[in-house]
Amino acid sequence: MEKEKDQPKKSEVKNEVEGKTSIRRRTLLKALVGVPVLGAFTFELLKKYAYDQDKKNRIIQELGLENIQAPVILKSSSGAKSDLIRIGLIGFGNRAVSHANGLGYMHPDDVAKRKANNTLDDWMAQEDLNVAITGICDVFDLHAENGLTTARSETRAGGAKSANIPVKRYRTYQEMLDDKDIDAVMIATPDHSHAPIATAAAKAGKHIYCEKAPAHSEEQLYELYDTVKNSKVVYQLGHQVPQSVVFQQAKDIIKKDILGKITLVETTTNRNTADGAWIRNLDKNGNPKPGDEKSIDWKQWLCGAPDVPFSLDRYYNWTKYFDYDIGLIGQLFTHEFDAVNQLLRIGIPKYVVSSGGLYFWKDNRDMPDTLHCVFEYPNHDLTLLYTASLASSRSRGRVFMGHDASMELGGAINITADADSTRYKKQIEAGLIDPSGPMVSFNPNSGKIDAVTTATEKYYASRGLTTTTINGRAVDVTHLHIKEWIDCIRSGKTPSANIEMAFQEGVACLMAHKSYLEKRRTEWDPVNRRIV
Amino acid sequence: MKENNTYTQMQKFFLVALRMLIGWHCLYEGFSKLLIPNWTSFSFLKESQWILSGFSNWVITHPAVLSTVDFLNTWGLIAIGLGLILGLFTKVAALSGSLLLFVYYLNSPPLVGLEYTLPTEGSYLVINKTLIESVALVVLAVFPSGYIWGLDALVCRFRNRNNMMEE
Repeated sequence: MEKEKDQPKKSEVKNEVEGKTSIRRRTLLKALVGVPVLGAFTFELLKKYAYDQDKKNRIIQELGLENIQAPVILKSSSGAKSDLIRIGLIGFGNRAVSHANGLGYMHPDDVAKRKANNTLDDWMAQEDLNVAITGICDVFDLHAENGLTTARSETRAGGAKSANIPVKRYRTYQEMLDDKDIDAVMIATPDHSHAPIATAAAKAGKHIYCEKAPAHSEEQLYELYDTVKNSKVVYQLGHQVPQSVVFQQAKDIIKKDILGKITLVETTTNRNTADGAWIRNLDKNGNPKPGDEKSIDWKQWLCGAPDVPFSLDRYYNWTKYFDYDIGLIGQLFTHEFDAVNQLLRIGIPKYVVSSGGLYFWKDNRDMPDTLHCVFEYPNHDLTLLYTASLASSRSRGRVFMGHDASMELGGAINITADADSTRYKKQIEAGLIDPSGPMVSFNPNSGKIDAVTTATEKYYASRGLTTTTINGRAVDVTHLHIKEWIDCIRSGKTPSANIEMAFQEGVACLMAHKSYLEKRRTEWDPVNRRIV
Repeated sequence: MKENNTYTQMQKFFLVALRMLIGWHCLYEGFSKLLIPNWTSFSFLKESQWILSGFSNWVITHPAVLSTVDFLNTWGLIAIGLGLILGLFTKVAALSGSLLLFVYYLNSPPLVGLEYTLPTEGSYLVINKTLIESVALVVLAVFPSGYIWGLDALVCRFRNRNNMMEE
């Protein structure tokens, strides 16, 4: 029986060949068995699509996020870019390499490396800022040579052409600042020399891009602030993090009050390596890095710090010593403070308490490796918490805690409704919002709001595994921060990490440091402008 | 076309059912990639371990290759899904589906010692559902059912007719 039914029977085929009978109806029906299944699939697919869209729109509308900004790079107007800006780099260590890259310059060795791992294209696509590195100043001959080679390299990002201006090495920063052929300087030296160099640059009328921290002492900070305020130079502090695409969206979240009243912000540092603890005097193979008294101008490097004999440990691992910086607060909390202050505009805290100790990296360092600072803002009803460990890399995020929702802001944004929220009570009860997982995620990879991303997507977002991309290109945030500075030099506008922000950050950091040193609560006296 | 004559009704029914289920799964996997804005296999390939990690790394570091892989993935899955459900070119669909799934498996096999940040929805040791689905597709290829219940019946008929005419 079966055979008869299912075999494409010869007799049938013959019939067809003869053209007398068509395919039997039963066979045709069997052949089309997939059609109803496909119909059911289409029905379910459309149902799923409609459900997802509806849920997404309802949450997005509920939160008022319909018009949230998609990440874009604002193109500089081409007319305004006609004038070449001549830049001098003061200090050419690791950080200055990023500065040079951000300006559109790269050392030939790095070009070869990036070519080999296929990341050169993203850099080459970077916008030409119409700038020229015309001066290099470093106390170490080797670093200065690297700087000169970089500035003279023919490979430029964004199709920039060589300005045909000779690149000069300056022995001291004063020499560079005296040169009329330098328009602006970028400072990437150890922290204790930031303020003296920046202050001198402002006096010399040079625009300033300075790495954090802004100043090493109160006196330095006040002098820097007053000098920059009384000058026409554009000052930008080196906090590239808020240039990340998710920050634009985080700003909108705050503006639209999605989180409710924010009373606690927790910021963290979680590192667990020798390099992360600023032990950097050895190369990858464990051999001492180069440098001696002949090739390093030690006196100039000290830049007014207490006179000590030449030391490669101090030269490479300066972060360990309070003579040259204020440890975790100056190196890493500065970024956290700026991120929070850019979003919440909280300014200088009223009180700060710091506590910590040296529990793991027990070398000859001054700085603690475990540190907690509590910044009180009674006028904003808010506490800013900083908690740092250099002996555990357990990931703790940067979290803004509001009555209605919390926002974790990292490489991506995850907003989670609070189970006891007043505002989202109804939606939580109705099952529209689930407080056990993020209700909205911003993934810089897609650059779109996705209220119902898959579990996998959410997981990746929370792990920060996705790379920051704009229009499908990995864009360097340092480049964007430098670009903002350059644009402001041309337009006369004020950049985001301006001297006011730098001052607020400087005071907050110095209050925390003073509290740690003196083991007591410090207070800001705005009337007399001093820390008490 | 001799293979079919030994299937019982029950065997036929479950072979076709299995074909439909896997076809449905592949089809939705393909469509879901279309529906996620800017979907890319980047994250999946970045996680790749074991013997294909070098290849995956090569793919993700070449944007043109990556976008080709993304395109082939999405539309390949849709084509395979349609083929299995409709029973059209069933053998080709089943074998290419099997190969694709096997490549997925090789990128992240649950071998002892390999750690993934991507969470799995079950508990696996060496064998996972991807591998099982891949092998199930080979079964569907060696026990073809498309010309019994599927459009291959018409293709087969058409071919036979041509053959007869040539004779």
